[in-house]
Amino acid sequence: MGAIGELINGFGTALSPENLLYAFLGVLLGTAIGVLPGIGPAMTLALLLPLTYALPVTSALIMFAGIYYGGMYGGSTTSILLNTPGESASVVTAIEGNKMAKRGRAAQALATAAIGSFVAGTIATLLLALLGPVVARVALQVGQADFFALILLAFIAVTSVLGSSRVRGLAALGLGLTIGLVGIDATSGQQRLTFGIPELADGIDIVIVAVGLFAVGEALWTAAHLRRAPVQVIPVGTARMNREDWSRSWKPWLRGTAIGFPFGAVPAGGAEIPTFLSYVTERKLSKHPEEFGHGAIEGVAGPEATNNASAAGGLVPLLTLGLPTTATAAILLVAIQTYGIEPGPRLFDTEPVLVWGLIASLFIGNTMLLILNLPLAPLWAKLLQIPRTYLYAGILFFSALGAYAVNASPFDLFLLLAIGGLGFMMRRYGLPVLPAIIGVILGPFAEERLRTALQISNGDLGGLITPFSTVIYVLIALILLWPLVRRFLPSKARVPVLSEAAHEVEEAHSHHGLTNAVSVERHVGDEVREKPDPGVPDGR
Amino acid sequence: MSSAAPGSTREQGRSEYGVALFLGALGVLLIAQALLLPASLIVRGPVGPKAVPLVVGGLLVVVAAVLAVDIARGGRGEPEGGEDIDLTGRSDWATMALLVAAFAANAMLIESLGWPISGAILFWGAAFALGSRHYVRDVAIALVLSVGTWYLFVLALGVSLPVGVLRGIL
Repeated sequence: MGAIGELINGFGTALSPENLLYAFLGVLLGTAIGVLPGIGPAMTLALLLPLTYALPVTSALIMFAGIYYGGMYGGSTTSILLNTPGESASVVTAIEGNKMAKRGRAAQALATAAIGSFVAGTIATLLLALLGPVVARVALQVGQADFFALILLAFIAVTSVLGSSRVRGLAALGLGLTIGLVGIDATSGQQRLTFGIPELADGIDIVIVAVGLFAVGEALWTAAHLRRAPVQVIPVGTARMNREDWSRSWKPWLRGTAIGFPFGAVPAGGAEIPTFLSYVTERKLSKHPEEFGHGAIEGVAGPEATNNASAAGGLVPLLTLGLPTTATAAILLVAIQTYGIEPGPRLFDTEPVLVWGLIASLFIGNTMLLILNLPLAPLWAKLLQIPRTYLYAGILFFSALGAYAVNASPFDLFLLLAIGGLGFMMRRYGLPVLPAIIGVILGPFAEERLRTALQISNGDLGGLITPFSTVIYVLIALILLWPLVRRFLPSKARVPVLSEAAHEVEEAHSHHGLTNAVSVERHVGDEVREKPDPGVPDGR
Repeated sequence: MSSAAPGSTREQGRSEYGVALFLGALGVLLIAQALLLPASLIVRGPVGPKAVPLVVGGLLVVVAAVLAVDIARGGRGEPEGGEDIDLTGRSDWATMALLVAAFAANAMLIESLGWPISGAILFWGAAFALGSRHYVRDVAIALVLSVGTWYLFVLALGVSLPVGVLRGIL
């Protein structure tokens, strides 16, 4: 049976009244929590995880599909109305979206974001349904050694994100890998890093790590620097667009989908690069380039569509390989793993009801999002005015609740506080959180693959080298040595759009206070100062 | 931050060496722990339970060294910005300490007093720490939240939360 037939069965699962209700609840809660300032989609998922503990796995995942899209849309609303992106992927939305809102076109900005997300999400989910089974079939041929190489690639890719310090990314990865090592080694039964504490023998629950790093860490960090000034929220009516807005939006939506999906689908992506690429592309192609920087609707339509398409694209490696590429996908993986299900090439065969139910509910969640969000925009805008004291107190409250609900153990609450402290330190010194969470989740997985591969080859390290893994290792070497390789490329070979996007990332970072002047100067100096430093990541 | 208070960059520079030190110490700890693991009888081949901790420990030590060099050459981590974050001032340690106290109080009291009370202490304490001075309103909101979530989890979601001293009342 083809993907379409399976998908129809999936709709059968997702359209049961009970599951429809869960999808609806997920979209509603996801948007409501995601719209709250300071709460990105990853934290939304982490905080709402405990709500699904009592549900059967299919319903829980359907609810999560709703939360996933709802949380993302909520984040865009926040960036448009407050000019303060909660996550790197909505930085671009804030650039033009907030300018539009200031010119009294908040309703149009929200509408093009919502409809663009719907269009992109629908097309991208369809692509996911068509591509997923194919990729899974190919992935079945992938051996343990290849998997190990793929995970290493994911590690290196998430630590080398555009425009951020690489040594700090590697530091975050190391911290995550260390947390993942705590507990009894599955193969030998030996305790590692448990220091005789019985609660640590089973390892640190991934939910504790996720909630600690995202929610508690963020709440502590924000509390230490809380902006005491009153919040300026731009008032907004029902989201709507006129004929001109439509005609200026539909092409950016489609182009955004085309840019976002492939970036999400390769296990190296993230949403920051494609959203900036989309922004730069739209500015180049626009008939109104003079409006960019003053609230051009194309600058909202394109990046928002890109963001959603890349999120759906990210489900391809997540479901077929078990490799998350964004923080949000990482939490989704955690949610799936709490049910004892290991996403991977066999998932489409062993859990067809679950996978296709999930994909179908992505379509449903997306549609609900559109129906819900156009009329409810004024309500979401009200949520932005919640007093910050209650907001961050509430985040700590629900973090503690969720962490305790995992094992009913007060020890976990102290652990949560400690990991929250780690999250605080990482935010203060610019260590990115994503590599850490990917390290915690994939670290143990990588070790298992490595050791199984070596058992198969009877301890021969040559067992790690296959044609496929060789390609991956070459890719890893290229990424690691990129700053060096770039110098030897003729300047013509550099992709102008990409370097322009990189420049935009830098600029937006400094614009939003995400970076400091030192780092920007340093980056500019890079091009001039020739200082080859082979093999050693030199902190840029 | 170009707009940071004068002097704060230098101060962060010095304290950032602490991050390198922390990473290095953690790496050494990992390596020491791995070397102290008793030899395993079942594992054959080069990769036993020690290998990965050794590699990760080594990574941390190398990263710590490179980071220290980067800081010495003037590199700085970018403090994370955000919607409610004002990076012009220094970290507000009093707020942090109160928040941590409220959080730890909940962890210590949850089994004896029960979630409806310890959770309320957490919320009220955190709101107080963050500067809310509507004492009565805060208590009301805290109690509604903690009792409400207790009922939600125990009755609707089937996840047990400690009821503590309120046993028989709720």
